[in-house]
Amino acid sequence: MPKRPDINSVLVIGSGPIVIGQAAEFDYSGTQACRVLREEGVRVILVNSNPATIMTDPDFADATYIEPITWEVIETIIAKEKPDAILPTLGGQTALNAAIDLHKHGILEKYDVELIGANFEAINKGEDRQIFKQLVLDVGADVAKSYIAHTVAEAVEFAEDLGFPLVIRPSFTMGGLGSGFAYDRAELIRMVTDGLHQSPTTEVLLEESILGWKEYELELMRDTADNTVVVCSIENVDPVGVHTGDSITVAPALTLTDREYQNLRDIGIEIIRAVGVDTGGCNIQFAIDPATGRVIVIEMNPRVSRSSALASKATGFPIAKIAAKLAIGYRLDEIPNDITKVTPASFEPTLDYVVVKVPRFAFEKFPAADVRLTTTMKSVGEAMAIGRNYSTALQKALRSLEKRGSSFHWEGEPGDKAELLAVSSIPTDGRIVTVQQAMRAGATTAEVFEATAIDPWFIDQIALINEVADDIASAGALDANLLRLSKDHGFSDVQIAQLRGIAEAEVRALRWQLGVRPVFKTVDTCAGEFPALTPYHYSSYDLETEVTPSDRRKVIILGSGPNRIGQGIEFDYSCVHASFALSDAGFETIMINCNPETVSTDYDTSDRLYFEPLTLEDVLEIIHAESQSGELVGVVVQLGGQTALGLAQGLKDAGVPILGTTPEAIDLAEERGLFSKILAEAGLIAPKNGTATDRDEAITIAEDIGYPVLVRPSHVLGGRGMEIVYDSESMADYFERVKDQAIIAPGSPLLVDRFLDDAVEIDIDALYDGTELYIGGIMEHIEEAGIHSGDSACTLPPVTLGRDVIDRVREATRGIAAGIGVRGLINVQFAIGQGILYVLEANPRASRTVPFVSKALGIPLAKAAALVMVGRDIRSLVADGMLPAQDGSIVPMDAPVSVKEAVLPFKRFRTVEGHVVDSVLGPEMRSTGEVMGIDSNFPKAFAKSQEAAYGGLPSSGAVFVSVADRDKRAIVLPVLRLSQLGFKILATEGTAEVLARNGIEARVVRKYFMGQEVVEGEPSIVELINRGEVDVVINTPSGRSARADGYEIRTATVAADKPLFTTIAQLGAAVASFEAIRDGFEVRSLQDYAIDRAERLARSQVAHA
Amino acid sequence: MSFEPAVLVLEDGTRYPGRAYGAIGRTLGEVVFATGMTGYQETLTDPSYAGQIVVMTAPHVGNTGVNDEDMESSRIWVSGYVVRDPSRVVSNYRANGSLGDLLVSERVVGISGIDTRAVTRRLRDAGSMRGGVFSGADAALDPEAQLSIVRDAGLMSGQNLSAEVSTEVGYVVAPDAGSIGRLAVLDLGVKTSTINHLVARGFEVHVLPQSISIDELLAIDPVAVFYSNGPGDPAASDGHVELLQDVLREGLPFFGICFGNQLLGRALGFGTYKLPFGHRGINQPVVDVATGRTEITSHNHGFAVDAPIGAISESPAGFGRVVVSHVNLNDNVVEGLNALDIPAFSVQYHPEAAAGPHDANYLFDRFRDMVLSARKETNA
Repeated sequence: MPKRPDINSVLVIGSGPIVIGQAAEFDYSGTQACRVLREEGVRVILVNSNPATIMTDPDFADATYIEPITWEVIETIIAKEKPDAILPTLGGQTALNAAIDLHKHGILEKYDVELIGANFEAINKGEDRQIFKQLVLDVGADVAKSYIAHTVAEAVEFAEDLGFPLVIRPSFTMGGLGSGFAYDRAELIRMVTDGLHQSPTTEVLLEESILGWKEYELELMRDTADNTVVVCSIENVDPVGVHTGDSITVAPALTLTDREYQNLRDIGIEIIRAVGVDTGGCNIQFAIDPATGRVIVIEMNPRVSRSSALASKATGFPIAKIAAKLAIGYRLDEIPNDITKVTPASFEPTLDYVVVKVPRFAFEKFPAADVRLTTTMKSVGEAMAIGRNYSTALQKALRSLEKRGSSFHWEGEPGDKAELLAVSSIPTDGRIVTVQQAMRAGATTAEVFEATAIDPWFIDQIALINEVADDIASAGALDANLLRLSKDHGFSDVQIAQLRGIAEAEVRALRWQLGVRPVFKTVDTCAGEFPALTPYHYSSYDLETEVTPSDRRKVIILGSGPNRIGQGIEFDYSCVHASFALSDAGFETIMINCNPETVSTDYDTSDRLYFEPLTLEDVLEIIHAESQSGELVGVVVQLGGQTALGLAQGLKDAGVPILGTTPEAIDLAEERGLFSKILAEAGLIAPKNGTATDRDEAITIAEDIGYPVLVRPSHVLGGRGMEIVYDSESMADYFERVKDQAIIAPGSPLLVDRFLDDAVEIDIDALYDGTELYIGGIMEHIEEAGIHSGDSACTLPPVTLGRDVIDRVREATRGIAAGIGVRGLINVQFAIGQGILYVLEANPRASRTVPFVSKALGIPLAKAAALVMVGRDIRSLVADGMLPAQDGSIVPMDAPVSVKEAVLPFKRFRTVEGHVVDSVLGPEMRSTGEVMGIDSNFPKAFAKSQEAAYGGLPSSGAVFVSVADRDKRAIVLPVLRLSQLGFKILATEGTAEVLARNGIEARVVRKYFMGQEVVEGEPSIVELINRGEVDVVINTPSGRSARADGYEIRTATVAADKPLFTTIAQLGAAVASFEAIRDGFEVRSLQDYAIDRAERLARSQVAHA
Repeated sequence: MSFEPAVLVLEDGTRYPGRAYGAIGRTLGEVVFATGMTGYQETLTDPSYAGQIVVMTAPHVGNTGVNDEDMESSRIWVSGYVVRDPSRVVSNYRANGSLGDLLVSERVVGISGIDTRAVTRRLRDAGSMRGGVFSGADAALDPEAQLSIVRDAGLMSGQNLSAEVSTEVGYVVAPDAGSIGRLAVLDLGVKTSTINHLVARGFEVHVLPQSISIDELLAIDPVAVFYSNGPGDPAASDGHVELLQDVLREGLPFFGICFGNQLLGRALGFGTYKLPFGHRGINQPVVDVATGRTEITSHNHGFAVDAPIGAISESPAGFGRVVVSHVNLNDNVVEGLNALDIPAFSVQYHPEAAAGPHDANYLFDRFRDMVLSARKETNA
């Protein structure tokens, strides 16, 4: 059946902020869906609270709502836009849950709007564990023995039948939140208590343990004619017990016979049919007992998932795009295969290469967290690599992580075999390297299997890699054959150099001299059976290259690699925009990246895509291949975060033209002494500072500057290792804690800055073309200086800064941009304390806030930057209408206010004892994503940002207040206002006393540490929070010690999912918002805001005329 | 790591050096590529591959070893095997040996370390070619000598290979449950899975040598006749075509698979032709013209039937109306025939699907139903 004639407008629900378990992959899927629907002439209405996404670019929908994803807000949008249908299957669990809410509240019926992609019944069948289990049994497949518990008592009873360990899975949570293994009764009780809370339906599944079984996933698609295809099989290298998002995975499955594979396929097709997904895709997970072959169905997602994004990149079959087409009525055989153009989408891709995905973790950001991997996902990003065999793909994926120690190595002695095997028996970040070291130490495949339950085939591949390493190390000389052999198993020049004890450059020079260079193969969905017309390439050391010559002018854009805290989707946004702008300007755009979640690695984004690690070696080889034809104009390095920037000097040294700001200029901003000179010339100052390479030096400098000081290691992103230090004792403690991380060394000293207490922090994104400065936006942080800019909420335009401050920061930015020699983007962070403007840092690159600025003010900063880099000037971009005539330094009075709020992952991380890690904000960034609230004034915009980030502020209830002494004075007014709004105030003794003297009545509550014994009628604050009797918590840490006494209060609050304010500034912002939300939210699309802007501009031009 | 050198030589002179895999020596055949990612054991033991050097596009081969259950016949039939990364270990609970060992014991000469994608693209662009794998002493032969050996080998077109793969004496396989009658299966290279599917549906399967005469066939008093898959050029199998025409004239229900489809095509009076590089994989989309549904199917054929698609046509051999029942969505090749006036149909692909997806298993049910209803009519 062709496109349905009754669907002319579709509301697409996005997935909201990037959180663990739901990341950039849904921007990729959503962007594809929006694109396809518009190509089909459907009016697209989009709701998503995440400004960092490509999908929320006004170009991708007819009406883009950057609004909280709640059923109430969506109802308002439906009432206004009257869509024919809602597509909820491309925005992850968030969109699916919103769809369920809309159904339950009768909104779909009320407005006569249909769910497409999957209807309510299908969603329910796939997501409700009890129904799903029965459905699996009904189609003749097997499930793990299990029970559903609604209370802890029930759970304890069921556990007697199942035995320990057993699995706990709360219903309707994403990324496996709250699930895991309980090994004993105490763990069971704790996890079930939490799980019941996490589950919107207050139910958890208890299940027989299948720990150590082989784990597989299938990605399926089905259309209205019951045509079903399996797009991809994925095998988890880590056996059952580790969340698939945290596992190393490989596509296609490599250790199944055809019989076993076809059995999974048969079961998968029966399930998708029984669930009733008839216009889209689903993902089904299986476990196989390696000893008997018994197959168990674990779960299914009736929607596009993280794995489907991976499968799309792995096969070249665009699942989201096709799902969107199926949703509006097409059949699979009516949709052409994008890559071959001549064959239909009703086929199953076949791979003649191997794809490996490895997760990237951020445990270093949460030192107290339990590092064991479980069925709760904890990774913050992933890298994918394509190789002609598993060993190559694995080694490429590991080096794509850009993390010290993530690759296999042969340095020093491997250590004790027994000890290494013991360590590898517990899944943690980097286990695969531990296994490799254990095998270096003599562990056999059987021993490693015994310890890890990893399939022996994968273990043997590590043995093979170690054997090749031995050959490299022991050979008399490196010859072409040996180099080819090592390259055919994925060894990098760096690894070969290490094994030979020579320099990387020496290996490369020799390799080039011997003519050992990679060829580039094509991802074509069909193993070469049909010609591929889409240039989606990966390297291999094979015979034949498939890069077609081109006589065009080429620009290479370096992406930002795997997502991590501090470097996420925002950088991908800038890279994608650069690609679009340069393509429009007539260049052939070539993207290099290794992150499967992103829009940049969609083969539709750039003219050519190289799915390759972002290391100097890999990038140089692509440049070599592309230099065989046409003209390479240059490489864009300033948009891909530290990953791309870090390659600039190496590329330049190799004679590669770098577009925009030069590597030398980039260094000017990084190097303390040089930067001070630039500031001095521009008449600017930085907070008093110095550098130190050891503890004593640091203490001397800090005492000279005066405590508190802000310390941070050089060359880090996301504030890694950044802390506020209040005295010499804490400084010594700091050195003790970081000593194992090797982040402070003579070449990269510790930077010690005076910490500006109570200063307001300002962030600026700007463009500079060598003569003219163009401000993208000036953002005022809500939190005081000292909270990492990535974790701080901010407002655009600023709401408390005067014109003179704005003028001063604009001039300061001009001075710095000129001093550094910026060509393209620059981000500068300022602080204003006691009227003095301090420059905190300047980064001559795209910043995390570029997409936020673009959405808030409608200024396409990244696109303009890309054009400046290839030689355009700002004046001409304004003349062409690419940039608005008025830059972002002046925002009219009646323009909307946008607030960016960070989303933090504390709930994901537990200590070994099972408590949530501390949730105090600091100078080290820990947020995974952000949301934006946009409205007519700050309180409304802030309220929206809170709603989108944390599910909102309550309009009544109990507020608990406990603040450090220095904050007591500032607390009075906001708490008074809350009291007047009708909130009940609870406080600890000291805080209550201050409030009472100011005429605010507060009930005194016992602090947690005053004793845990239950006193009848006098529960502690933690107990009150646990019981759900507290609705808002205000707790500022005293700051002197890392484990301030508020820890238990804060963790209880995070665990209970209640709003928590740890700074007075946040509270001030929130208080105004408590009132703003009482009438509900109004919504307005970005396109309408753009019309407002155009009208304002027309009016002002008339006024000027 | 040391390796025994080997080389794959194509008749156009292209040479792909690699490492010896399996037996050492020399082998010649038609070089074809197979794109399945699973099922190497089924592929190797499929008699249809007789006379062919099979190039695997999936890089890793042999990971799950070999077992007794997944044999599609009693032996390996390919004349040569070209892979990229053979497995060093065996990992599967059913395995009882390694693929490498089986290749050696079956004396199949193979080669590994080959850029099989490059070979595939070469065959795709230039068409299937004769080729040879040379290892051991043969690897050291002069390249010109190797090439002339390859060029002296026979062409697949015009070859009748049925006698090589067919059973020499007939045998009977009992039905799984109650018998619905005797089925005469002409063994042109029949696969174990096909027989399993037939006996599962109640047929008492009489597997017959390919040289059987119509009288001998009728002597077993079959309720229906089945032609299996098999190697060779259908245009060179006049005897089997004549036999089939006799069967159809008897009014016996008929079902054919693969080579059997080509022979039904010829029996009905259509021609056959050689595809440029064939269909060999387990991901081929085939549309059932009657229902509009797409099946993902397992293929292994180098020839196809030349019959009109999209309209009912008259059998040039006088068997009434015929419709092309299945078409390949990738390239519009005829994938199935249905005779409307006599009880006969066939498919070009493999509904027994070993290796491959089980989407088309229903065709065996359709055959059983056709036989049952034909029997009812006879009885009535």
